[in-house]
Amino acid sequence: MIVAFDIIILVFLVIAAIISLSVKDLLAAAMVFGIYGFLICLLWAEMGAVDVAFTEATVGAGVSTVLIVATILNTRRKSTD
Amino acid sequence: MKAKIFASIAVAITGAVLLYAVTDFPNFGDPRSPANAGVEGGSPSASLYYIENTYRDTKVPNLVTAILADYRGYDTLFETVVIFTAGMAIFAILRVLRNENAPSAPSPDPEASNRTIDGDHHRIIVGITCRIAVPLVQIFALYVVAHGHHSPGGGFQGGVMLGASFILIALSGSLRDALARFSEASYIRLASIGILIYAGVAFLPLVFGRNFVDYGALKGLLGTDGEEMARSHGIFGVELGVAFTVMSIMFAIFANLSTRGRLKGGL
Repeated sequence: MIVAFDIIILVFLVIAAIISLSVKDLLAAAMVFGIYGFLICLLWAEMGAVDVAFTEATVGAGVSTVLIVATILNTRRKSTD
Repeated sequence: MKAKIFASIAVAITGAVLLYAVTDFPNFGDPRSPANAGVEGGSPSASLYYIENTYRDTKVPNLVTAILADYRGYDTLFETVVIFTAGMAIFAILRVLRNENAPSAPSPDPEASNRTIDGDHHRIIVGITCRIAVPLVQIFALYVVAHGHHSPGGGFQGGVMLGASFILIALSGSLRDALARFSEASYIRLASIGILIYAGVAFLPLVFGRNFVDYGALKGLLGTDGEEMARSHGIFGVELGVAFTVMSIMFAIFANLSTRGRLKGGL
């Protein structure tokens, strides 16, 4: 565990989380959510939980982003929230 | 606006409580923490048992795989069933079978449904790149499934990657290409077969008079030297079932979500 690396990832994680919640364009939000998943994957890999990191990389950053995008393209792209 | 203020206050308080709780955690990787060393003066913890005995019991170097598929076999069986159920639920809600008057998916490109990897000059770079990438992804996914004993990975990750390779075909060409290679009938069949493989391998020890998911009983059937290798092979069989189910369900969810359950046209 490298503390400096941890802090960098965690800062980006918080930024990605806030952006994906606040951005109005849902497609952009889905992309930033994919980045969030990939950063969590990096964090887990760096902490030694490689199996969990692998699952997060395939499911969280990969397939779930595609599924969210597929859903957005079939509904509305702008958030009214 | 008022709701937002109340929500912010609730989130802030919850966050503060969680941060306060973090200070009571043991240090990262502390060998004397309760999870690692067990209750003081009591019996040693489960994780200590796994660390010391997994290789002796199952001949599987990757602790996580051995725990998921062997020691916690019930958990993983029903996790697979949960994924299967999720896929079937999406199928039941979205899939349009006969009603042709239902609103079709908005298709920005009218030729989208006719597009194939072979004949489209507009997207030739994407098409060719994905054509090269898909076999590599699939070979790596099979390696992840088969090598899950020794390296990170296993049935779930490999299955998701196999499903993603078909999604890649659908994204780079059209859904029709992907469905030509992996049709609706075959993905529903494979998803069920995956569950049956897992449940079957888990059930077989009962035939030999042993417990459910006790793969050591398959020693005679598999012709291995000891019960340890039989457990190792049993774990592989189980992972194969998980991979089948996850692959099929991932592709089924994508196919139904991207076309509003009509399996025509596409993104």
